[in-house]
Formats: sequence, C-alpha cells, structure tokens
Amino acid sequence: MTTTTLAVLVPLLPFLGAAAGLLLGRTAPGFVRPLAVLPTLASLVLAALVAARQGGGRAVDAATELTPTGSVPIELALHIDGFAALVAVLVGVVATCVQIYSTGYLRDDPRYPSYAALVSLFTSAMLLVVYSGDLMVLLVGWEIMGICSYFLVGHYWETPEARAASLKAFLVTKLGDVPFLIGLFALATDAGSFRITKVLGAVASGALDHPTLIALLLLAGVAGKSAQFPLHTWLPDAMAGPTPVSALIHAATMVAAGVYFIARLLPLFEASQAAMAVLAVMAAVTMVGSALAALAQDDIKRVLAYSTIGQLGYMTGALAAGDRGAAVFHLLTHGAFKALLFLAAGVIIHAAGTNSLAAMSRMRNLRDRVPDAYWTMTVALLALAAIPPFSGFFSKESVLGAAEHAATGHTEHAPGAAGWTVLVAGLLTAVLTAAYAMRLWLLAFRGRGAEAPDHGRQPVAMNAALWVLAIPSLALGGLAFRLLPDWFDGGDLAPTLTTSVLGTGVALVGGIVTYAAWRHTTALAARVPLGAVAAHPEGDAALVEAEAIASHKPAYGDVAYAPDPSDPGRLLLGPLHRHAAVGFHLDAVYTALFVRPVRAGASLVRFLDREVVDTYVRGAGTLPRWLGAAVRRAQTGNVQTYVSALLAGTVVLAVAVVLVATGA
Amino acid sequence: MTLAATVGNLAAHTTTTTTTAAESQGFLSPTGVEIAFLLVGLVTFGAAVVTVTTRQLVHAALWLVVALGGLAVEYLLLTAEFIAWVQVLIYVGSVVVLLLFGLMLTKAPIGRSPDADSGNRWAALTVAGAAAAALVWVVVDAFRTTWIDLDGPAAGSTEATGASLFQNWVLPFEALSVLLLAALVGAIVLSRKAKADAARTAPTAGAERDTRAALAERDTRSDAEGAR
Amino acid sequence: MHLAYPAVLSALLFCTGLYGVLARRNAILVLMSVELMLNAVNLNLVAFDVWLSKAAEETLHSGQALTLFTIAIAAAEIGIGLAIVLAVYRNRGTSDIDKLRDTAEGHEPDGPDTDAPATGPAAEKAEATA
Repeated sequence: MTTTTLAVLVPLLPFLGAAAGLLLGRTAPGFVRPLAVLPTLASLVLAALVAARQGGGRAVDAATELTPTGSVPIELALHIDGFAALVAVLVGVVATCVQIYSTGYLRDDPRYPSYAALVSLFTSAMLLVVYSGDLMVLLVGWEIMGICSYFLVGHYWETPEARAASLKAFLVTKLGDVPFLIGLFALATDAGSFRITKVLGAVASGALDHPTLIALLLLAGVAGKSAQFPLHTWLPDAMAGPTPVSALIHAATMVAAGVYFIARLLPLFEASQAAMAVLAVMAAVTMVGSALAALAQDDIKRVLAYSTIGQLGYMTGALAAGDRGAAVFHLLTHGAFKALLFLAAGVIIHAAGTNSLAAMSRMRNLRDRVPDAYWTMTVALLALAAIPPFSGFFSKESVLGAAEHAATGHTEHAPGAAGWTVLVAGLLTAVLTAAYAMRLWLLAFRGRGAEAPDHGRQPVAMNAALWVLAIPSLALGGLAFRLLPDWFDGGDLAPTLTTSVLGTGVALVGGIVTYAAWRHTTALAARVPLGAVAAHPEGDAALVEAEAIASHKPAYGDVAYAPDPSDPGRLLLGPLHRHAAVGFHLDAVYTALFVRPVRAGASLVRFLDREVVDTYVRGAGTLPRWLGAAVRRAQTGNVQTYVSALLAGTVVLAVAVVLVATGA
Repeated sequence: MTLAATVGNLAAHTTTTTTTAAESQGFLSPTGVEIAFLLVGLVTFGAAVVTVTTRQLVHAALWLVVALGGLAVEYLLLTAEFIAWVQVLIYVGSVVVLLLFGLMLTKAPIGRSPDADSGNRWAALTVAGAAAAALVWVVVDAFRTTWIDLDGPAAGSTEATGASLFQNWVLPFEALSVLLLAALVGAIVLSRKAKADAARTAPTAGAERDTRAALAERDTRSDAEGAR
Repeated sequence: MHLAYPAVLSALLFCTGLYGVLARRNAILVLMSVELMLNAVNLNLVAFDVWLSKAAEETLHSGQALTLFTIAIAAAEIGIGLAIVLAVYRNRGTSDIDKLRDTAEGHEPDGPDTDAPATGPAAEKAEATA
C-alpha cells in the first residue's frame, strides 16, 4: 500500500470503529470492547508506518476534489510532514492507552458502548485534523472534536457539575470557533485556496492583504480550543468528565490541536508582529496564572487541568518565539506524561474514593494500595517539573532555549520583547510547576492519618496503560532531542547550558520550598479532620469518580476549593490562595460581563413578550371574542328569530336593489 | 319611476289598445267594480289581521275562513270564477277543517290564551311593516296606471280554465297528482310511525307496572291479583 | 279596474301572513299564517293573469293554472304540516315553536323544560294503553 492509502486509513479506521460501535452497542455487547480497542490500535500501527515511511523527508501531499464547491475549492487533501507524522503517532499511542484503560475504568458502566464509540470518533477527528492538508477538512475534524468533547465531558450527566461543564466546554470553544471560521474564510479569500501548502506559498510570496487580522481571528479559535487565556475556563470544569476522557481530550490531543494548528501555519502568524506579540502575552499570562491556580486547587484532576493549561502556555510561548520545533517537541512529551498523570490520577481516585487532595493527605499508605500508579505518577510528575533526565526537561529546555534565542534577537521573525516575556514567564512558571507537582505528590502519597481503604488490585488494563505511557515520559526527551530536528524544521532542540541550569535550578528551588512548607503545615492536618469518600468504594472506577465529583461541593463548599489549613499551597500563596483557588475570579468576571447581561436581556425580552406584545395580541383577540359572544347570543334555537333576521335582511336587500335599479 | 316606465313599456309592447285604455282611465276614477273590490279587500285584510292577532285559537281559524272567503269573492270580481269556487271548496271546505282538527288534536285551549304570541312579536311587526311598506311602495310605483280590462269574456271562466289546463298544463297537472299522492302517503307514514312508537312503549310501561304491582302484592298480600 | 288594487291587497295580505309566521307561538297558527301568505300570492297570480290575458294574445292562462297548482300544493302542505305538528306534539308535549330550541348554542335552561313535559305525556299514554 502506498503511504497515501495508509494515511487515509489512519483516521478512517477509528471512524468506522465508532460507527460500528454505535450500531452494535446494544445488539452485540460482546463486540464493543474489541471494536473500541482494535481500530485505534490498528490506526496507531498505520500511523507509525506512515511516520516510518515519511521519515522526516519531503512532505507527503495528496488531494482529490470531490465536487466543485464554488469560488474557493474544497479538497480532500493530505499534508503529512514530520510534525503531522509524529503528532499522529502520539495521538494513536494516547488513544490506544486510553481505550485500553477505559475497558477497566468503565468496566460496569451501562453507557460504555456509546462512550467508546465517541472516544473512537474523537480519535478519528483528531487524526483528521493532524493529517488534513485542507483547512476546511481540518475544520470538520476540529468541530467533531468539539461535539465529542461535549458528549464525553457530560458522560456523568446525572451530576449537575458534568452537565454544566459540558455546556460550558461546548459554548466557550464555540465562542472561539466563530472568529476562527471567519478567519479561515478571510485567509482563503486572500490566499485563493484552503490548501495549507498554497496558503503557505501565498504567505511566502506576501500575497496576504490582512495578515494581522487573519492571525488574530485564528488565534481566537486556537485560544478556545487550546484553553489559552482568556478562553481557558472551560478546561478545569471539564474535569467533571471521566478521567480517561480528561487524559485523551483535555491533556494530549484536543487541546494540542490549537497548538498544532499554529505550528502548521506559523509562517502566517510570523507575517504579523502584532499577532506574535499577542501570542507571547497570551502564553505568559496563561502559564503563570494557571500555575498559580494549580497550586491552590483541591481536586487532583483540576490541579492537572491547570497544569495542562500552563504546559500549553509553554507551547504557545515557543510558537511566539518562532520555534515550532520546540513547541511540537513539548506537545509530544507533554502528551505522553500528561496522559499518564491523568490515568494515574484516575487510579488514585478509585483507590482513595475521593478526588480531594485534602482528604488524600489524611490517608496513610495510599501509595502501597496503588504501587503502579505511585511509581508511574512519580515519573510523570518529575517530567512535568522538568527534572533531568525525564522527557519534560528536554522539551521544556528547548522551549526556554527558543525563548532565549528570540530574546537575544537571533530569531528572524519573533520580536525580542516576545522572547523576553516568554522566557521570564517560563522561568517563573517552572518554579510554580515544580511547586505544585511536589504538592500533589506529597499530599497524595505522603498522607498521614487513617489507613487508606483497601479495594483490592486495580484492573490490569489500567495498570498496563500506565506503564506503557511511563516509557515515553521517562525516555522520550532524552532519546528524541537529537533525532527530532531531522523531522522538524532542523532547528537545534538540544538544551543549552544557561537555560538548563536556570530551569533546573528554579525547579529544584520550587520543589524544596514546597517540601519545607509541607513539613511546616502537615502537623496541622491531624487537628482538622476532613474527608468525604465515595459511597460505593467497591464499584468500578467510573462510578467512584462520579460520586466523588458529585460529593465534593456538598462536602467542601466548592468544586475547586477545600478549607484545609495543612495545605502547603495555602502557606506558599498566602493571600493569593483564595483568588487562585477560583481561577482568579475569571468565571465571576465572565458572569458579570456576559451571563448577567444576557440573562437580563432575556428577562427583558420575556417581559416585552409577555406584557407588551401579548397585550396587543390579547387586545386583538378581545374584539373577536366579544363579537363571538354577541353572535352566540343570537343562536337561541328559536326558529322564528332566525326567520325574522333572514326576512329583515331580504327586505333590506330588496329595497337596496330597487333603489339601485331606479337610480335613486 | 323607471320601474313604472319599464312596465309601461312592456304593456306598450304587448298592445297599444290597453295602454290607451289605461291612459283614458284616471287614477282616481273608481268604477263600481273597484269600489266593491276595495270594500271586500278591506274586509279580507281585516279578517287576516284578526287571524294573526287574536288570542283565541279557534277564532283565528274562523277568521281565516272569513279572509279566505273574502279572497274568493275577490277572485270572482276579477272574473276568475273557477278559481273562486276551488278556493271555497279546498280552503274553506277542507284546509280550515284540517286546521281545526289539528287544533283539537294538540289540545289547543278554548278561549283566550294569553301566550298566543311569542316574544318575537315586535321584531315580527317591524319586519312585516318594513316588508309591507317596501312592497306597497314598489307595487304602487310600478302599476299605478295599469288598467285591467274586465269587459268581454271572462278570463277565468270554467271553460277557459279547463281548456287551458288540459291543453297546455296536462303534464304538470298529472305530476301534481303524484305529488298529492306522495303527500298523502307521507302524512300517513308520519302519523303511523308516531302511533307505532307509542304502541311499542306502552307494553313495556305496562309490564313495568305489573312487576311493581307483583312486588307490592308479595309484600302486602293484598288482593291485587283479583284486581288484575 | 286598476291593477294596483289587487296588487296592494296581495302585498298587505302577504305581510300580514309574514307577521303571523314570525309572531305566532302555536305551530298551527303559524300554518294558518302560511296559508294567508300563499293566498296572497294566489291573488297576485290571478290578478296578473287576468290583466295579461286581456293585454297579450298568448298567455296560456299560466297564472290561473299556477294558482290551481298552488292550491293543490297548499292542501298537501297543510296535510304534511299538520302531521309533523302532531308528531312533535306527541313527542314534546307542546306545539309551541319557541320551545323547540334543540339547535340553540349550548344547553340553556330550556333543556329540562322540554324534557319534563316530554316524559309527562309519554307516561300518560303508557297509562292509557295499559
């Protein structure tokens, strides 16, 4: 088979799997699990084959136009360069791990067939985005991901949190998608084509008339999809979905789509200095803010969600510094270790029966209950904190190196100020990242108090997925930083001495300070008993998680916050803690800015409709009703009355006729 | 006025002699026949008014006889003698008798009945008054100068009428006999059906009374059986 | 004779009958009024026939023939009408037209009124036959 055929099969297989799963889910439950895992696995193998054949050489391009569609043609096009090949492999790996993990995680879930089908559909859509060489086809995958995300986040739709979160995720990403769509149209109008190759050609020849406008419009869609400030608020709330969904969608793939999109069209963004500056500021605000917020969260998954936002900030920062190699490198390693973190968090939530770090810090020996999760999560947290030689270190150093490169003015298109912004914010975030990684580890695995409940061993499928993902988390960075430049633009991804020392140093400082703070506060833990655990600890993991999410707010008063004085984050953040826990009141601001005016407008419209418009309608109805009542009174049943009226009318008509006939 | 002119034209078209005859007669030059017609007409109209206003139902029927008889006289004055005698025979002889039978069968009260007129009286008076005004105005307007020549052979003698009826109107005449037959049969069916209904309900009611009587007998041991 | 005399008399008789039809309560009185109206028409027909039979050559005496037909039809009508009135009287116990209001809008208090007498004569008749 040619590379093109293989590449077409890659997104097609999970799609067929999803369709078959949806069709057979009820009638043949035995086929659901194979139908979920095997197409994804096959598409992983095919993606790896495509990557091997492509080999970082010339991009594979293929296109076919199904039908003429008017002014700008829309083609089914493939554009597979090194970025696409490797990201597709990452998507395949994570999706396969998530599907395998889900067979254990949602073991007894009655809605597992539709869930698995939606995950397959989602995988297919992401692969379509990755391989597509046509922006319209890319948009199709982009929007399918949005709707799948809506359904999957709302998987526990019995809980109000999940319902609200799924709606919020959908609406906020759509809010970004509207300018994104307009931007795509503007881009196609300027470039005369939706094909990425032609668009890039037009950019290179300077044929674009409004590069800044287009770049900013596209940036809005990317900010929505990749959860960048100010459209990031949906991602922490989306943790109300099942953990595998969080791992697949909100860590490794969907949020990476935005970054990947910019990486593909980076020359377009580089054509506009303003867009690059906006990108840099967006990245800096996102990563620092999200790291602060992550330090204050109580829900283990919300910590990871904010961490995801921060790591995506690193990627956009690298893009702002004009180095898409570094961005996609970080995307790859982050996809591996963040998926691992989420999956391990799912195991921990299942074992502990709660998603609250405050409750976990009051459990002894939780790590002995889940040794696989303990070890793999330690690896992933070290990778997250960018400690050498874990994979996160190399990718983050490449980002910082790119920023330093831009700051010192060695990068052609990136402004120096953007480089400095990203560099400073990146270093600051490195401290905070190490701090919240340390806090998470200490609170989850170093708890003191009652013995952690024993629910037996976790399913093999779940642990196996963890170990599979632990390998790239551990080694991908070190192995790949020499090889990847051949696949990417050829820029050097090796860590430089200055940023390595600086980055590792601040990370260590952050970790040590957090440890010290924890030693200081942990004595308080015994005094304040806290904790709410799931009502059915013997149930499967999905049930436990749904109950944990549902019980967090009644137990602690908020989905994100717990009044725990022994939290080291509280000591470190000081007065900032209160604001960081609620995401710096951004939701409240949005409520004041958008929700309330819309609601007020709606109630105004309702008032106008009910009281003003309806008054006219009722008034218009009154006269006919009176007339009707009057006419009804005439229906007496007395025949003589009827005949009287009839003859009176006849006389009137006759007189009228006579008058007319005589001309009087 | 135009209507009068139209009728005048029509008359002029038919014959010129009558037109001149009509013109020769003044509007206010009553002949003896006219005076007789007017007096009988007043009696007829008065009898008709009493018929529709009297509170005594049987008197209404009798006043109707007067009105219909007056009309027969009018027919005679108009030289339609055959019609006049038919009028007397059919209306005064049979129709009024039928109506009197109807009054008796529906147990019409003898004497003054206070509710002979319905609440619709004033509306009826208005309509009838308006219709009368309109009709009289139009009729007078149209025919005030038209003259009927009553001289010469009678227009409605038995011979003339018979000739006309059996020369030109045979087929409608025969069809009318079928209609009369149908009316006869219809009237019988209507009456018989009601009787059949009454006959069907009567035995059940009687049976019901019997059972009730039987129950009473069983309870009281009276001599109801002998009575039955 | 002036044609206006019989014509006006006919119009007045017709309107008198009209008043009777509209104002009388008893169905048989209404039938009498109908007879009056028919006779008014008859008078009209005869008068115009007499006029035209002298004024025109070929009239076939249609007015008088029609009058005869009308009289025959009136006789038939009075027979059928009386049969209907009697049937109504048997069923409803009344021959008052303004009490027969089954076509009225909604159920007005007339309903029980018409029902109550209806049971009365039926019961009477039942007793009579028994």
